Amino acid sequence: MSKSRMILAITASLMLGLFANPAVADYALNFPEPVAPLPQQMYDLHMLTTKIATIIMVVVIGFVAYVLFTFRKSKGYEADQNFHKGAFGTWSWMLVPVIVLGIDLTIAGSATSALEEVEDYSKKADLTVKVIGSQWKWTYEYMDDGIRIVSNMLPKEKAGDNYLRAVDNPLVLPTNRRIRFLHTASDVLHAWWVPQIVYKKDSIPGYINETWTNIEKEGTYRGQCAEICGTGHAFMPIVVEAVSPEKFEAWKAEKLQVAQAAAAEASADKTWSKDELYSRGEGIYNTNCSGCHQVSGKGMPGVFPALAGSKIATGDIAAHINIVLNGKSGTAMAAWGAQLNNLEIAAVITYERNAWGNNTGDVVQPADIKSARQ
Amino acid sequence: MSAVIHEDHHHDEPPRGFKRWLYSTNHKDIGTMYLIFALVMLFVGGAMAMLIRAELFLPGLQIVNPDLYNNLVTDHALVMIFGMVMPAAAGMANWMIPMMIGAPDMALPRMNNMSFWLLPAAAILLLASLFVQFIPGTGVPVNTGWTIYPPLSVQVGLGMDLLIFSVHLLGISSIMASINIVTTILNMRAPGMTMMKMPLFCWAWFFTGLLLIIVMPVLAGGVTMLLFDRHFGTSFFDAAGGGDPVLFQHLFWFFGHPEVYVLLLPSIGVLGLVIPTFSRKPLFGYKPLVYFMGFLFALGLVVWAHHQYTIGMSLGVTTYFMIGTILISIPIGLMIFNFIFTMWRGSITFETPMLFAIAIILMFSFAGVTGVMLAVVPADLQYHDTYFVVAHFHYALIPGAVFGLYAGVFYWLPKWTGHMYDEKLGKIFFWWTTLSFNLTFFPQHFSGLAGMPRRIVDYNIQYVEFNQISSIGAFAFGLSHLLFLYIIIKTVKGGEKAADKPWEGAQIGTPGLEWTLPSPPPFHSFTTPPKIQ
Amino acid sequence: MTTSTADQTYFIPEPSRWPAIAVIGLFFTVLGFALWMNDISMGPISTAIGGAILAYLLFGWFGDVIDENLSHKYNDEVDRSFRQGMFWFITSEVFFFITFFACLYYFRNISLPSLGGTGHLAASHMLWEGFTYTWPLVNLPDVTNYTQLIEPMGAGGIPAYNTIILLSSGVTLTWAHWGLKKDNQKQLVLGLIMTVVLGLTFFTLQAYEYIHAYKELGLTLNSGIYGSTFYMLTGFHGFHVTIGTIMLIVITVRSMKGHFTEDNHFAFEGVAWYWHFVDVVWLGLYVFVYWL
Ligand code: HEA
Ligand code: HEA
Ligand code: HEC
Ligand code: CUA
Ligand SMILES: [Cu+2]
Repeated sequence: MSKSRMILAITASLMLGLFANPAVADYALNFPEPVAPLPQQMYDLHMLTTKIATIIMVVVIGFVAYVLFTFRKSKGYEADQNFHKGAFGTWSWMLVPVIVLGIDLTIAGSATSALEEVEDYSKKADLTVKVIGSQWKWTYEYMDDGIRIVSNMLPKEKAGDNYLRAVDNPLVLPTNRRIRFLHTASDVLHAWWVPQIVYKKDSIPGYINETWTNIEKEGTYRGQCAEICGTGHAFMPIVVEAVSPEKFEAWKAEKLQVAQAAAAEASADKTWSKDELYSRGEGIYNTNCSGCHQVSGKGMPGVFPALAGSKIATGDIAAHINIVLNGKSGTAMAAWGAQLNNLEIAAVITYERNAWGNNTGDVVQPADIKSARQ
Repeated sequence: MSAVIHEDHHHDEPPRGFKRWLYSTNHKDIGTMYLIFALVMLFVGGAMAMLIRAELFLPGLQIVNPDLYNNLVTDHALVMIFGMVMPAAAGMANWMIPMMIGAPDMALPRMNNMSFWLLPAAAILLLASLFVQFIPGTGVPVNTGWTIYPPLSVQVGLGMDLLIFSVHLLGISSIMASINIVTTILNMRAPGMTMMKMPLFCWAWFFTGLLLIIVMPVLAGGVTMLLFDRHFGTSFFDAAGGGDPVLFQHLFWFFGHPEVYVLLLPSIGVLGLVIPTFSRKPLFGYKPLVYFMGFLFALGLVVWAHHQYTIGMSLGVTTYFMIGTILISIPIGLMIFNFIFTMWRGSITFETPMLFAIAIILMFSFAGVTGVMLAVVPADLQYHDTYFVVAHFHYALIPGAVFGLYAGVFYWLPKWTGHMYDEKLGKIFFWWTTLSFNLTFFPQHFSGLAGMPRRIVDYNIQYVEFNQISSIGAFAFGLSHLLFLYIIIKTVKGGEKAADKPWEGAQIGTPGLEWTLPSPPPFHSFTTPPKIQ
Repeated sequence: MTTSTADQTYFIPEPSRWPAIAVIGLFFTVLGFALWMNDISMGPISTAIGGAILAYLLFGWFGDVIDENLSHKYNDEVDRSFRQGMFWFITSEVFFFITFFACLYYFRNISLPSLGGTGHLAASHMLWEGFTYTWPLVNLPDVTNYTQLIEPMGAGGIPAYNTIILLSSGVTLTWAHWGLKKDNQKQLVLGLIMTVVLGLTFFTLQAYEYIHAYKELGLTLNSGIYGSTFYMLTGFHGFHVTIGTIMLIVITVRSMKGHFTEDNHFAFEGVAWYWHFVDVVWLGLYVFVYWL
């Protein structure tokens, strides 16, 4: 066996061996285990095509290997100059396509039932969630309950090993319910993807795409934005918390209550102390802002400005309120006025003006925000 | 009708100085310029890939910021595709097609020169679009990926305009080159060289040319609309004015999918010469190969939306695109099997071009079957925009297109330079690239399946092993290209004198005329019309 | 080296500086556009330089080609190359226009119905409550960034005249071609002049119509997708009419100088094909943009 022949054999078996591996369904080598019927069908389809692909590769590699070992000049093999003229040469152009067509139709045929399921929007959903992608966070609206969740990436300090796959407010969903997702976006394309429970459909600004699922197992499922959306595309994780329907109802009731209480608190014309605002603000900052500006307030150089020592966060209060309320168009800095209430904005600004050595001592009250909104 | 060179007798001497290159009307000189340009762009695009892989070696942001990363990804793709593969293939077409069919030169020599020189101009604009981000006040960098989907591409600053105009110039260049090649093939064949006698490479470029003539204008139209949306208040891609961002995707992929066959077909053409040569046996099933290339051409034009399964198309439309896409395995499968049958009962030797050819058969088939996996809609709703796709297309692009070009380079270097390349180094280069290539891209299938999206600058710790293997492979793969460069320079500088027909089995079964000329061929090839029996 | 009679040789031009100059001209033109659109003051200057180079180039390059042709350096095979080259060029132009027609189709039959609450992505209507889809699109989904159209373009009046004008220009051009084939110089020149005049008339009416649309109908690039597609299609067509007219003027002058003969008039045919192509595009425009 010549050296080159040996290396060839090793490469071939290496490729094959590795490729056959996903068939073992090892977690890290393959899709994570699906927990909903449709992803399960997709997974089965994936395994089927993987097997077909493996067989085709075995045939091709085996065939080529046989040819290379047999018909070599070094073995004194003389070329058969008339091979292409024989019956096989004349008719094989029909033979190969027919065989390939057969395999093709098998593959296509096996896909149709899953495809029809994907596109079947006729069944009534138990729960409809509108998923809105924005640069760079997800907003979830429970269409029937008026609950709204804004989900931001958790900073490294808090997410640990799940960094880039962890968020502050996960989407909470019940198991064993037919859930309909409506996908849209507020600025550019995004794609909401949690492989274990739901496949991708693009979030397109101005249009609504639909997907649906039925989660069969409680648990925490993670995913990421799967359509490039600019600077923060890598920083747009998704977490779904699937709980039993009972727990879900309880969670919903609590969520509504908290929302009402918060609204009531914020609308009361109370004057808050600096410490109260500071500690509230820290919480709000760490959930909403630290994904970009970091818990340390140092930002990411060149991408997200540092707030520690920033001109705006230590200078004119009005400018500070303005950028947080209205954002800055054309940049990642969103208008938070639509998402946070007066109290929350006042708190976060107070926090920013006093944390990380920004010792301005300033206190911003909800009333200031209220007037700034007008 | 005969083709004789113009009577001016000083023609055999190439003009001297820069005018020889800048003002050239000679297909070989223009071909050489195309090839050198492609080689330079291989290193530019490769350097970007090295930066990408270096950044991805570890999780976290080490080398580049997210915008710069995405800009590098964008320009890596555009430089490799438009700057490297297409020019290299066009360079080979320029060099070889007139010699193969016995023509005195390309049909439209001045336009030929213009299509080449547009490339450096476009490259300057493209690289400018990368570097303007370092000038303050030029807006958001081109952080969109090579698909430049709106509305993200509408947010981008000056860089996007430079990129759009670069694409315009590239488009003009490709259309001109294609018109020239198609016209040369149709009109300039020597007497007796019928279409069905042409070497397969000519047919491959004939269909490539047709594809480009059809799809480049569509891309030009699409990016023009984008430009208007950016600056002139139109609303093609904005729902608020009644437009649709998805429309751009249709236009882009109507170009983009045929484009992958533009990249593939020239290599298939090279294989159609290399495999018979080193099997010492005529090409198996020449006619079916030609007809199925025509079939591939037609089918390739109508399956574009398999890149957009996630945009939300109706069941009927999706099914149509799925089946159409899967059917492409028929023409390409026929090609693969006809190449294997060409080796069957041959008398095979393993020179470098042949090694590459065999590697292409195996590794491109692999890319093809993962392509078919991607074509299955429900599964693609999971694969889409993950590293599984990245792995698929690098397997398709590097063996399918780039290795084919390497095979062509080694196959024709003796003809171009008059010297034999160093066979031993060639073999080392082959094994080095093949192994490191697989090391780079094979693990990406797994990181993709495990859920790693593409175009991300930072990734979760769970993907770290695969990315490190991939990066190490990529560095090894990159370094191998320094050897490639060395082999080429060494061959150009000197080496064993090449015979007119350096390969024993060349010209078997095709009347291609390139081997009847000396190596290197004279400045003007066919002064008298060659005769084909 | 063999010497041979002129009609046997395939003419390979001497090294020529025109391609390089063309590239430089194009480069500065588009670079200028890019800078200009971003309000960088160098932009217009760069475009002006590029444009000037291109204008110079046209005279130079085509001048060379005309000289070569007149000194009988081209044989039949070269002539065929030119014809085929022109044919493939027009093919690519056809696909350029097909793009815009396809977009019009897409908006009218696929995306707008979705926004209006029918069709495949009908759920999208949720985002645009109150929007009803009609074509021409008089009501926009959202007018904050766009201007409101007052009245859509009708099919009667100027567009109808323009259709007749362009169609008759096709006839006069063919008539000129007959003249050329009969070696009737007068008919050739007269036919061409009539064609040029019709082309210019078309152009004038189109310009008038644009002003009318902008000022009175509120139809602008900015008035939603109806305005966008309208100006994209008619604008690129008008651009092609302009180029076609310039080429017609050139061959009119060349005809007057007697450059064309019965069997050597590629330039004439190339321009004629181009003009007929522009004609056919207009028919499509008239039907799909103005009428339906
Ligand atoms: C040279 C380039 C090249 C080539 C030739 C191909 C060939 C094919 N590609 Fe690939 N593809 C790309 C380059 C290429 N591709 C690129 C660059 C992208 C990503 C673009 C981006 O998003 O940036 C992409 C993405 C891409 C997608 C989109 C994935 C996604 O984004 O979700 C899909 C989906 O259908 C696909 C399918 C195919 C198919 C079916 C083929 C077929 O042509 C393959 C046919 C070949 C074979 C099948 C092998 C030989 C046949 C046999 C051995 C016979 C037996 C086989 C069977 C019966 C199956 N490709
Ligand atoms: C023909 C096309 C082509 C070619 C040849 C390549 C070649 C390579 N590509 Fe790429 N690639 C694309 C087309 C191509 N690619 C496309 C279309 C995309 C999608 C873009 C998008 O998403 O928009 C992409 C995206 C892409 C990604 C995904 C990025 C992301 O999604 O975030 C990655 C990551 O690994 C990658 C890597 C590589 C590597 C390592 C090579 C290597 O093969 C390169 C090897 C060559 C060299 C390296 C030569 C240079 C040598 C030197 C400079 C010497 C010095 C060497 C050292 C110092 C080591 N490419
Ligand atoms: C998705 C990323 C992101 C999030 C989340 C975010 N910001 Fe920002 N922020 C930015 C960017 C980018 C800028 C820089 C804008 C510019 O270019 O001027 C910015 C700027 C600012 C500035 C001005 C700093 C300066 O010196 O220019 C303040 C203050 C600020 N943000 C506060 C907040 C607060 C408060 C929150 C949370 C309630 C928040 N940001 C959440 C991205 C973000
Ligand atoms: Cu959002 Cu990517
Ligand atoms: Cu494709």
